[in-house]
Amino acid sequence: MIITKQKPFEEIMKFLESSPSVFIAGCTLCATTCKTGGEEEVKKIEKKLQDKGKEVSGWVILDPACHILNNKKYFRENKEKLDQADSILVLACGNGVQAVSNSIDKRVHPGCDTLFLGEIIRFGNYEERCQLCGECILDKTGGICPITRCSKSLLNGPCGGAEDGKCEIDPEIECGWQLIIDRLEKQGKLHLLEEIIPPKDWSKSRDGGLRKLTIGRKEK
Amino acid sequence: MKAGSNLERVLESGQFAVTAELGPPKGADAEVVKKKGSLLRDCADAINITDNQTAIARMSSIACGTILTQLNLEPVIQVVCRDRNRLAIQSDILGAAALGIKNVLCLSGDHQKFGNHPQAKNVYDIDAIHLIQTLKKMRDEKKLLEGDDLTIEPRLYIGAVENPYADPYEFRVIRLAKKIRAGCDFVQTQGVFDVKKFKDWMRTVTDQGLDRKVHILAGIIPIKSAGMVRYMRDYVSGVSVPEEIVARMENAKDPRREGINICLEIIDELKEIPGLHGIHIMAVAWETVVRIIVDEAGLVPRPVV
Repeated sequence: MIITKQKPFEEIMKFLESSPSVFIAGCTLCATTCKTGGEEEVKKIEKKLQDKGKEVSGWVILDPACHILNNKKYFRENKEKLDQADSILVLACGNGVQAVSNSIDKRVHPGCDTLFLGEIIRFGNYEERCQLCGECILDKTGGICPITRCSKSLLNGPCGGAEDGKCEIDPEIECGWQLIIDRLEKQGKLHLLEEIIPPKDWSKSRDGGLRKLTIGRKEK
Repeated sequence: MKAGSNLERVLESGQFAVTAELGPPKGADAEVVKKKGSLLRDCADAINITDNQTAIARMSSIACGTILTQLNLEPVIQVVCRDRNRLAIQSDILGAAALGIKNVLCLSGDHQKFGNHPQAKNVYDIDAIHLIQTLKKMRDEKKLLEGDDLTIEPRLYIGAVENPYADPYEFRVIRLAKKIRAGCDFVQTQGVFDVKKFKDWMRTVTDQGLDRKVHILAGIIPIKSAGMVRYMRDYVSGVSVPEEIVARMENAKDPRREGINICLEIIDELKEIPGLHGIHIMAVAWETVVRIIVDEAGLVPRPVV
């Protein structure tokens, strides 16, 4: 799940300085689970904006905000409310904000900061698990990702700084490599780590430019 | 000979090696480097130059190393993976070799959080084991990491680090073996205070025959005061300091002298450990003590080979 955190209200108000009328868009998926852009949060922001003298021309919980076709359909059906608004405040992840801005010719403001791709430990408690690096090596590392869990993203860790199973940078952060070693040891597979994992192909990750995927169509 | 460096000749001839550490200045000050280098002359077979140690920006290790070579002192330049990607590292290595540098020590590097630019974006494009593989490939196969041919290969003696005290303990020797397989020629360890634990680690190393594949130099950190030893115990990751040493420093009338005595006792014990081929003295900001230690430990004159 994509973990988001709502921006401070003052920052949002600053975005809306030149927008007397605002339309709010939330998201039914991650932002609803994170309680940053579900119906409850959208209504709360609506009330706060109205209290500050803003007009809220309407709101929607997009299903989900990252779905361009759905967004376009919804925006067509609610053209009037959107026409009234000077801009759209999106309570969703960065992807949601961009999908909205690509679905309608209107100024768009992010209402959340997008933090990471993580798992729900329990409600309100999320932890990062995947950095979307494009080349999964979890098979070699006991199902625990060193790119994400090691603060240096070492592929052949651990470094020499771990102590009592904690990372050198913060005693609250577990050493990712300790977790990997413990798990593989428990599974009797520690020998897997004797292999040197080769340098990573970062062109499949963040530095490879815009990543695209098309499935179900004939390849040219 | 792989590089023909002095350090390589001493180690390959089976003699007990001594290396010492020099911290580059936080300024464009060549005189400081020359002065610190001269303090270490004839005390060590080679001088390690740290690479933005603890993530604090300082004069580059290659520049410092070059200043030392001009004074006929032999540097071991440290290279960390934190600040440069595979392109920059390889180009720097070619430049270093062209400038006459023959020893390189490969490290991951302290996390930037500890330094003076905690907002920096770290690199870690390759890790320390990849760095060792890369240097070996450049030297032995005359190729860059991705396979392009080099016109002239860098003749390097390749070093790695190991910390016998870091967690998880049971994995440290496995990781050392990985570094050896990657191609390192020598290993410098974290500072040794707990000699017993170090001996246990060395026993595992020799049981696996790793001491015959690589030269291991034990780290020595001279301590100046009780405050420093408490700091090492409490705040330096992966350093293990026995309480007995802390108590000795706390009760000492002359703490600097007591610190030297402790070093000498540790060195005496280390010399007897089978498979250990030298020591690496890390007296950063206390370079004058190195001469006293090697002198009193009977480690000078240094061999000429």
